[in-house]
This record gives sequence, C-alpha cells and structure tokens, in this order.
Amino acid sequence: MNYEAVIGIETHVELLTHSKMFCGCPTDFGADPNTNVCPVCLGLPGALPVPNEQAIHWTIALGMALECSIAPHSVFHRKNYFYADLPKNYQISQFDLPLCVGGHLDVDGGTGERRVGITRVHLEEDTGKSTHLGGSGRIHDASGALIDFNRSGIPLMEVVTEPDIRTPEEARAYAQELRAIVLALGISDARLEEGSLRFDANVSLRPEGSTTLGTKVEVKNMNSLRSLQRALAFEIDRQNGVLAAGGTIAQETRHWDEAAGRTESGRGKEESSDYRYFPEPDLVPLEVGPELLARLRAGIPELPAVRRERYMAAGLDATAARTLVAGDLSGLFDDAVAAGAAPRAVANWLSGEVTAHLNRTGTDAADLTLDGAGLAELVEMVDSGEVSATAAKDVLAGVLAGEGTPRKVAERRDLLQISDVGALVVAVDEALAAHQDEVARIRGGDARLVGFLVGQVMKATGGRADPQAVDRLIRERTGA
Amino acid sequence: MPVEIDIAKVARLARIGLTEEELAHYGEQLQGILEHAARVQALATDGVVPTAHPLPMVNALRADLVEPTLDREEVLAQAPDREGPYFRVPPFLED
Repeated sequence: MNYEAVIGIETHVELLTHSKMFCGCPTDFGADPNTNVCPVCLGLPGALPVPNEQAIHWTIALGMALECSIAPHSVFHRKNYFYADLPKNYQISQFDLPLCVGGHLDVDGGTGERRVGITRVHLEEDTGKSTHLGGSGRIHDASGALIDFNRSGIPLMEVVTEPDIRTPEEARAYAQELRAIVLALGISDARLEEGSLRFDANVSLRPEGSTTLGTKVEVKNMNSLRSLQRALAFEIDRQNGVLAAGGTIAQETRHWDEAAGRTESGRGKEESSDYRYFPEPDLVPLEVGPELLARLRAGIPELPAVRRERYMAAGLDATAARTLVAGDLSGLFDDAVAAGAAPRAVANWLSGEVTAHLNRTGTDAADLTLDGAGLAELVEMVDSGEVSATAAKDVLAGVLAGEGTPRKVAERRDLLQISDVGALVVAVDEALAAHQDEVARIRGGDARLVGFLVGQVMKATGGRADPQAVDRLIRERTGA
Repeated sequence: MPVEIDIAKVARLARIGLTEEELAHYGEQLQGILEHAARVQALATDGVVPTAHPLPMVNALRADLVEPTLDREEVLAQAPDREGPYFRVPPFLED
C-alpha cells in the first residue's frame, strides 16, 4: 500500500524586544549566565508580571502577514507543568483565546504552490536553559543539570500550522518562507543555530486517498532548515517501514540526532500531558481595537511573496528572485538597483558569487563588506569595459575581503583594462614588431593569424587589454 | 450533585505525595468544591459574557524598556545548590 505523509509544524520565534515579556530584564543573547534576571522571571513569590506592549504588537503583525484574524479579545493562560528550567512551575501562554487565528501561507516545495493553513499564532514566554551534566551528555544518565535563567521570560511566539504539509521539501519551504516573513517584519533575528527560531513537526502516514489521520509522532531537535528536511525524510521512511512490516506506529516524541542521521525515541516515561490551563489571574485581558489594527497594518513592510513578484516583474527569473529573498539579499539588491545598476546583472552577482561566498564562509548577508553602491559600481565597471568579466570576479573577491570599493580594489590589484588607446597602440605595435613573419602572412591573406596576435597582446598586458579594441587595431595595421 | 474526582491523579500532577488518609481527607474537600462549581455551572447563563477576570480593566501593559536586574551573587545565594554562575539541580528526565 502507498502511504502519504501528513505533516504539521509548530514554530517558536523569540522576539527581538529589548526587554522580556513580563519584566524589564534585558534579552541580549550571550550575556553572562543568570545576570538578566529579576523576581518576575525567576518566579519569586509575590512577583507580578506586566506584558510587553511591543511583543503583543509584533505578534499581531505576524498574524496579519499570515492573513490571520486578529482576536478583538484575547487572554493569557497558565500552562502548568514541572520542569527545572521553568521556575514558576507554569508558563504564561495562551490557550483558547490566542491573539491570531485562521491564516495561511502559500509555499512551493518543488511540486507547485500549495496553501498551508495557519491554525493560530499566540504569545508566551520562553523557559530558562538547562545543560545536562554527565559523560555522554544524554539526559537519562546525567548526574545533574545547570540552569541559566537569562532566557526565562523572553517573548516567544508560537505559530501552529494545520496538518497540510505533505513532503519534507514542502516543510522546508514553509520554514524558509516563515523565516523570511519574520525577517522582513524585523521582529526576530530568526537564527536557528542560536535557538531564536525553533521547529517541531508532527508526522503521520495514511493510505493515499484516505482523509483520516494516522497516529502522529512529534519530532524535535532540528537545528537547521536542512535538518528539518532530513529528519522528516527519515521519519517518513521509518514509519513506512514499520507499516510495511505490519507494525503499528506508537504515539511518541522522537528526537533528531543530526550526527547519526536518525530520529530516536525519547527515553522519558510518556504520560499524556495534562497542563490544567486556566486564565492567568495576574493579568487582565487584551483588547485590540480598530485604531491599533489600522496602525499596525500600515506598518507591515513589503512581504517576501510580494517582493519576489516585484523582482520577477523587473526581469528576474523565479529562482533568482527566490534566492535573493531567502538569502536576505534584497536590501543589497534594492540599493544597487536604486543606484542605477541593471536588475539582472545585480541579481547574477548576488545569486552567484555573493551567495557562494556566504555559503563558503558560513556568514550572513548582514556581515558583508559589500553595499548596494559598491555592487552598482562593479556592474558599471563591467558594462563600460573598465574590467573584464573575469577580472570582475577578482575585484568582487577583494571587496568581500574588505579591501575597499570595487574601483579601489581594481586599482590596487591592477585589474583595470587598458582603455587608453595610446597605451594599446604601443602594446599592439610591440607585438607586430616581434612577430613579423606572422604579420607578413596576414598581409598575404591568412587572416586567421589575427587571433594569434590578439592572444600575444593579451598575454603581454596581463589580460588587461580590451580584446575587441586590440583586434581592431591589429586589423587596421595589417590590412586584414 | 455527585462529581467524579481522581484525587490521586490531582496529587500526582501537583507533585504532592499523600498518604491514604490524606487522599481521602483532601478528596472529600475537593469534592465539595467541585460540587459547588457544578451547581454554578448548572445556572442559566445564556447571554452572560464569559469573564476571565473580575476587574473592569483591559490592556495593562508596559513599554519595552530595560530595567535594572538583580545581583547574581545575591540570587544564587538563595539557591540550595549552585555551580559557578549556574543553579545546579538534580538530574531530571525529559517529558
């Protein structure tokens, strides 16, 4: 029997607010352990939470970007559970009255665009961070754990999809598009490796054509877009194997092991969760009126899908448009085009050499020493023949190495083409003088040797001569 | 109005160890509270807006401003165990 996968994704997004969700502690990543703490985020008795208005506004903004309905009336709940990194023994979250419900996101995982339903977007607080001690680092044989509460109380959005995703590629495309939206809104740095963007996936299989849902497995611990895709591919294969062998799928949480390339069953005793949600008595309800909605809607910037359409209208192909937007290179693109460069030439540099550089060095677009003006200058230098297409790559390498603007790099690395006709004439005449036999044969009618002489001039000038100009000068002088 | 209650489960969820006598004692008390809630739930509340909070107040919010934090040494001094700049806790299982 053929099975199809049914995938839903839960995404946690840490917001880039200056202060935490319910207290004024700073949120900077990498601060000394347990320095960004106060009675509220340590869960000390009697401390009272006060919600961060910015976090609420940003959650609504993401809801709008995902075409959700924004709830006019919304409430925080307590989600009760015991865990060492949760000092209050409850997390302030949202339950049946979240800020945003019922949106969607269109994604293309390689089989055409499909619509993924967004069940809800709600706001909660992050937990502290625990480091398990013990030789293997595995939780079950750890000898204890160390807790850092700096992350405790950082505003955390949760975005939940409907089980609408069908393939690992589609899951990755969804994750990538959501990340691009979050970055466009400027509400999170969305770094997977630092945990400010985290994905969990629910996966089940069902016979093709069936509409009932199979037993779902929750897959956790995927720290990159690539590992999200790999983990889902593995898990779908695993479930296929179990079903093909006549087995049944156990409802469980499995952890992705990136190094081993497999998901593994959690060792903990599985007891069905009972969070005993109830309205947080220390917080009054949220009401969102039409004025606030209008103000927030006006602040929504151009979103990735619209941006891609704009790029394609400017002559870019779909792949280039996608690369620019997904790679966070649109700022650079827009600046270079605004500085007068041709969109396609700019896109070629960005989706080619620049993207290769980012992949090779493992850096982000924000780390680049290239700006829009510099990129426009490089394009202009190629267009006007100041540098050859080959030399331009060396110029860009210099710019990316922090050596200065394209013109400065080209001068310092001696890559400018010889555009001075006088200098070219000297180089051509020298070559003709050194190859009198060939010149005589050209005069005798063997025009094929012009190419040979052009090659000699290019060699003598270190490739900095304009080959077309050299060709023309040689023909003029030999009558070819 | 009789209400079913699994007092052992309630105690387990709250991580409270109770003896058989205590289970019976608190079970009876909780039973009374739930029966009272059941009587309230039986009232006709059509047209009454659900209330999560008794105060006639909404949107008590703060601006996104950083405020002073506590001194780490003072904080860690309150903990039963520490290791360097961290709280130290016994080993625990996930889930």
